Amino acid sequence: MTKNLRVKTGKAIDETYRISFKFNGKTYYGFKGDTLSSALLANNVHLVGRSFKYHRPRGIMTAGSEEPNAIVQLHDNSSRTEPNVRATEVEIYEGLEASSQNCWPSVKFDVGGINNFLSPLLPAGFYYKTFMWPASFWEKYEYFIRKSAGLGKSPTEPDPDIYEHRYIHCDVLVIGSGISGVMAAKTAAKNGFKTLLVDEKPNLGGSTIYQNSDYFKINNQNSNSWLEKEINEIKKLKNLEIKTRTSVAAYHGYNFLLARENFTDHLPIEQRKDKTRHKLLKIRAKKVISATGSIERPMVFDNNDRPGILLSSAIKRYADFFGVACGEKNVLFTNNDSAYETAISLIQKGINIEAIIDNREEVDSKLVYEVEKNNIKIFKGYTVTNTFGYKKISGISIKQLSKDGQKVVGSRINLSCDCLGVSGGWTPAVHLFTQSGGKLKFRDEDQVFIPSIYPSDQLSIGSCNGDFTLDEILINTPKSLKEFLNIKNTEYESLEVISSTNKSKRNIWLLPSDKVLGKTKSFVDYQNDATAKDIKLALREGFRSIEHVKRYTTTGMGTDQGKLGNMHALGIISETAGAKMGELGTTTFRPPYTPLTFGTIVGRNVGEYFDIFRKTPIHSWHEKNKAEFENVGQWKRAWYYPKENENMHQAVQRESKAARESAGILDASTLGKIDIQGTDASEFLNRVYTNAWSKLAIGKCRYGLMLNEDGMVYDDGVTTRLGENHYIMTTTTGGAANVMGKLEDYLQTEWPELDVYLTSVTDHFATISVCGPNSKKIVSEVISDLDFSDESFPHMSFKNAKIGKINCRVMRISFTGEHSYEINIQANYGKSVWEKCMEAGKDYNITPYGTETMHLLRAEKGFIIVGQDTDATMTPIDLQMDWIVSKKKYDFIGKRSLYRSDTIREDRKQLVGLLTEDPNEVLEEGAQIVADVKKSPIEMLGHITSSYFSPNLKKSIALGVVRGGKNMIGQKLIIPMEKKNINVTVADPVFLDKENKRLNA
Amino acid sequence: MIRLGVNIDHVATLRNARGELHPNPVKAAKYVKKAGAHSVTIHLREDRRHINDFDAKKICSIKKLLVNLEISTNPKIVNIALKIWEGLSQELNYNVMFSQRGVMNLAHNLQDVRDLKRRTHANRLNGIDAVYLNTEQVKKFCPIINTSQDIRYPVLGGTLQRRAGTARHDAVAWGYARGADEMGVDIIQNCEVKGIKRNGDTVEGIETTKGFIKTNKIGVVAAGHSSVIANMAGLRLPLESKPLQALVSEPVKPVIDTVVMSNAVHAYVSQSDKGELVIGAGTDDYISYSQKGSHDIVEGTLNAILELYPIFSRMRMLRQWGGIVDICPDASPIISKTSIKGLYFNCGWGTGGFKATPGSGDLFAHTIANDEPHKLNAAFNINRFVSGDLVDEHGAAAVAH
Amino acid sequence: MFVINCPFCGEREQSEFKAGGEAHIVRPKQPTELSDDEWAEYLFMRKNIKGVQFERWNHAHGCRKWFNMVRDTSNDEIKAVYKMGEKPPIE
Repeated sequence: MTKNLRVKTGKAIDETYRISFKFNGKTYYGFKGDTLSSALLANNVHLVGRSFKYHRPRGIMTAGSEEPNAIVQLHDNSSRTEPNVRATEVEIYEGLEASSQNCWPSVKFDVGGINNFLSPLLPAGFYYKTFMWPASFWEKYEYFIRKSAGLGKSPTEPDPDIYEHRYIHCDVLVIGSGISGVMAAKTAAKNGFKTLLVDEKPNLGGSTIYQNSDYFKINNQNSNSWLEKEINEIKKLKNLEIKTRTSVAAYHGYNFLLARENFTDHLPIEQRKDKTRHKLLKIRAKKVISATGSIERPMVFDNNDRPGILLSSAIKRYADFFGVACGEKNVLFTNNDSAYETAISLIQKGINIEAIIDNREEVDSKLVYEVEKNNIKIFKGYTVTNTFGYKKISGISIKQLSKDGQKVVGSRINLSCDCLGVSGGWTPAVHLFTQSGGKLKFRDEDQVFIPSIYPSDQLSIGSCNGDFTLDEILINTPKSLKEFLNIKNTEYESLEVISSTNKSKRNIWLLPSDKVLGKTKSFVDYQNDATAKDIKLALREGFRSIEHVKRYTTTGMGTDQGKLGNMHALGIISETAGAKMGELGTTTFRPPYTPLTFGTIVGRNVGEYFDIFRKTPIHSWHEKNKAEFENVGQWKRAWYYPKENENMHQAVQRESKAARESAGILDASTLGKIDIQGTDASEFLNRVYTNAWSKLAIGKCRYGLMLNEDGMVYDDGVTTRLGENHYIMTTTTGGAANVMGKLEDYLQTEWPELDVYLTSVTDHFATISVCGPNSKKIVSEVISDLDFSDESFPHMSFKNAKIGKINCRVMRISFTGEHSYEINIQANYGKSVWEKCMEAGKDYNITPYGTETMHLLRAEKGFIIVGQDTDATMTPIDLQMDWIVSKKKYDFIGKRSLYRSDTIREDRKQLVGLLTEDPNEVLEEGAQIVADVKKSPIEMLGHITSSYFSPNLKKSIALGVVRGGKNMIGQKLIIPMEKKNINVTVADPVFLDKENKRLNA
Repeated sequence: MIRLGVNIDHVATLRNARGELHPNPVKAAKYVKKAGAHSVTIHLREDRRHINDFDAKKICSIKKLLVNLEISTNPKIVNIALKIWEGLSQELNYNVMFSQRGVMNLAHNLQDVRDLKRRTHANRLNGIDAVYLNTEQVKKFCPIINTSQDIRYPVLGGTLQRRAGTARHDAVAWGYARGADEMGVDIIQNCEVKGIKRNGDTVEGIETTKGFIKTNKIGVVAAGHSSVIANMAGLRLPLESKPLQALVSEPVKPVIDTVVMSNAVHAYVSQSDKGELVIGAGTDDYISYSQKGSHDIVEGTLNAILELYPIFSRMRMLRQWGGIVDICPDASPIISKTSIKGLYFNCGWGTGGFKATPGSGDLFAHTIANDEPHKLNAAFNINRFVSGDLVDEHGAAAVAH
Repeated sequence: MFVINCPFCGEREQSEFKAGGEAHIVRPKQPTELSDDEWAEYLFMRKNIKGVQFERWNHAHGCRKWFNMVRDTSNDEIKAVYKMGEKPPIE
């Protein structure tokens, strides 16, 4: 039966607004403002999940993002499902559906719970030491391990939500809106700093906002009322932007921070449509103030993990904020004053407290006296030694601590309870500080790590800096702010403060028990089920580095990243190893502070926005004419143009024949184009290409090959001399940006004395290539007033021309081996000129062809494609292109490398042609080439780089690289495929028109 | 102490010659051990003239027996590594959680297709299992990949190496450490090397934070810090150390049962036995030892992950970290002696060192022991940067592991 | 992610820049005079320093100028930037 544990209206909830939600299929009610955990506790539901390894029942333990246990799946089996969500962070809304994870068949009866009884057999590292005999069984073990692995379930459908990014540049970023954060934000904004204040919670005020008692006063007001007024004031400040539900995930170097602003997770599903779910804020702050607060420590004792055991501060928060009693018979267990603050809150609300167990023997504290006044039994100098109950705590055993705290003495006392609040003191939340590269120091008095060396312009204030009490905060914060912001005064100089906390603490990392350690289950990491025993075992096994102990025991590697238990792990290690805490260091806190949704990180860069499309000016024509496209870098290039039911092979055969027999037209706009000007332009080309350029006449074109400094082929293309000091270089489509970068690099750093200017003009021109025996007729019709005679306009030359009133450049160059022209015209006229060519070519069956046909046609001529016929190990000599390597030039990029002992070897892999015995057999690109299939081990001589069926030669042709291939023309080799061996003959790589008759036809 | 190793190859030669089951080399190995030898040597020849694969596996699984396994000539290092991986848990008496769930490499453009086919054919001829899959087969093997043809860079196909997979890296390191320790290797933890002492062109020892160690052979396997050690000896290497980032998601029930890599869209994903998605990002372009990389790289990687696996959009990044990788100009490793006598380097593995650990370790040990490379790592000699015989591995190992 | 003070443009996000490795490696004026070893030294061998490094950067998505930077590679702290051809402002 569901009990109602709502006691009094809490600060954060609206009792007039009832909300229904489902947990594990059952309907419950809560109020607007409730979190899933407060609403469940109000309904007396503690058991929420099962632990990772032993499947022990686990309940809600905290009220914040440090929660290790209460993690649930939201909206299972829907497109908005989400695994591993902390119940403490979910604000409830109408229609919320949550379910337990990591349990089967149900959270109350979990088959995996058997692991709990086997746990003596499952110590840390057990995976590594078991499950391996016999070898073949690991596969089966692994199946079960994998099946029981994981917590929630991955979504199975694409995400319907939208995510965005926003860049924010501010003077001061304040993280956390507790009392010190509010003071900092106000001070910064009022002093003219453009300030951003963020907090992960829906409201401002941190923990002070519910510190409502006579024991904590500022200027004669209860500290919560004083803070409320401050918050109302800062909301009016112009210089201050406030973002709630915004958690900082990562703090990188140079004050670059990532934060997630949450817009819709608290809304009913039907209200989320078309709204941005999360915004990833990329914040670059001149100054950062961390006021991230602190996290209460649990304590390590036997069976410290049962449902109903919570942090004492969480019990206080649930009572103050949500008006919820976590139990009816509450016991508090503490080693410091914090639990008494909780007790006072509970007393105020009429919630029953059975007893308080305090590690400390004598305490002179106003808070303790107040509690004693209310006739609550306090066991001083005692510790909890065990707890009882299975699905919820039902009682505890306590014993007196010995003087040195190492043992328990005296007789056991049993107490019954339904809720145990634990306070082991506080740990400053320094996660973001250390992510930024900050160094910590250890403060012995209260055993905490606090910020010591700041790596950038930043400051930590409040309890994340180790100031845990109200008076410390109000004295230290203004002082630090003045120095940090370089200002004279703050508004907080002469506050009257009453702060009643006694700072004493009796810190014992691993509390003693009347059982031997091996028989206890004292959890350090709740989610991953790592116990104190496991940590000691790791040390016994020889692990010395904290990082290794962490990995071996998986301490701190759960979804809560060890926010609760890491300090205890360190404490136990240092005690066991006899090292000092400060010298041991800490494990690294890794971003993000709380898990960050992939979609949030990616933002809008999904689907069609994943990467930009580059389209040529003629793209829409290709689309209209049903072209298939190929991705070449970011470009979409027309691949082939299938007609009716043609497949790719048929289309390419038709296109290739048409181009050789009459006319073909290709959109070559994607080729890189670099405009080169300056008095040293010719000298520059001499240095970057392998061949000589000084003597190239104006109006002439020349093919050039560019190497890397290591002598390997880098790029190629035709460069045209437009004027005395003016060239236009073309590069490969994919290499354009890299070539430009490389040329600029040499020019700026190695040869700054050269007078040369480079401009990338790729996007400025559309390039249309018309080839074939009828190309001259077609182009001369489009460009009427130009002399196309071979004498005036021979192969490898260029002319300025006009189409109508528009200037264009026409080159007679060819990548197909056919007589052909390339028209370069201002990009926005590209499509109309293309259409003019199509119109003029109508009578000649002008055929648009794509990249596939282009590749086939050039292969017939033995022209290489850099990146396809070459990899990063091919020199021009290997390509049998010795003719293009100038012997006369003193130097060019890569020249020296061509004369190294292994680059001059005769038996390197060289580019050759390959012809199949069966002319209809087309080889597979990438297939390996061998001489002898029987040889063992088989020796691979090279591989096929390009292969086609040539409709013009009516046979299959291929290019490949073969070790020593240059001297193997006519020899037989074998292509060993999976099912057969294919016989080939090594041939000259030029298959068609070696004499270049067609070019000049 | 002098250690006795016994070669038992010819026990198998005899057996094979008889065509019977005895004498049994596995038994022989046990006798040898019982008699007090420290190790046995077996030589797995390409022609399997004596020891065969089954023998080798059995012998390697004898507890607490050091096996000097020589593997003959051809199959490439990674394949040897694979075979050793398969028996590693037994050899080290430590479960490294090697899971042969298959590794897929996706092709997104026509050159990817050519490159992947080239590797598949080479692997097949080397006796390494590898197949090329078309888009439908990719989808069948890993159904959660978005193989729709209207995405920005559609999946055109991919290669699958079924025997490859993942191992728990910590367990491998710990397992080797434990195995080495049992064989008498002195492992000194938390001990930083501060200098290398040389006499002319010969090493004499190392200076450490815990004192001097005299030795005439130093094998350096310092990964990202290789150059730092080299500089101590006055040596420069063709390496640059760069940040490499990786991240894991929160754990979920099994959802992806293989390892998928994609070069063109830079995405690596697998799922650990614990349930976390393990995602490798690329390297930054600058030298750094800070163990931090830029957020842009992580963002770009997740862009690619969501392009290929849109269902992961609501999954959450749990942890993200950076390491240091040492990269050679030809993206291939160095397993080599150096110009300084007694100083050896196993480095330059970039992002791909882990998968070859057992193989490279074996070959490196051979190189140190003989002061000469094994035939298999001769190509990975440091001298290739002088002679110009670079290895083209850019396509092969470009994405993070 | 760094903020880099381009000597031509001022402070910009790192994502606008491209790294170019170790600085002050001058391309030999007479490569043919060098032995294979000396040429390999220029081409491939690098200090790859952990600590203060002099390195090249290019403002690729900005002014496209190359410049030099001094950075501690152990913690990525940028110490100085200076133009090509200028003397390093710190030793």
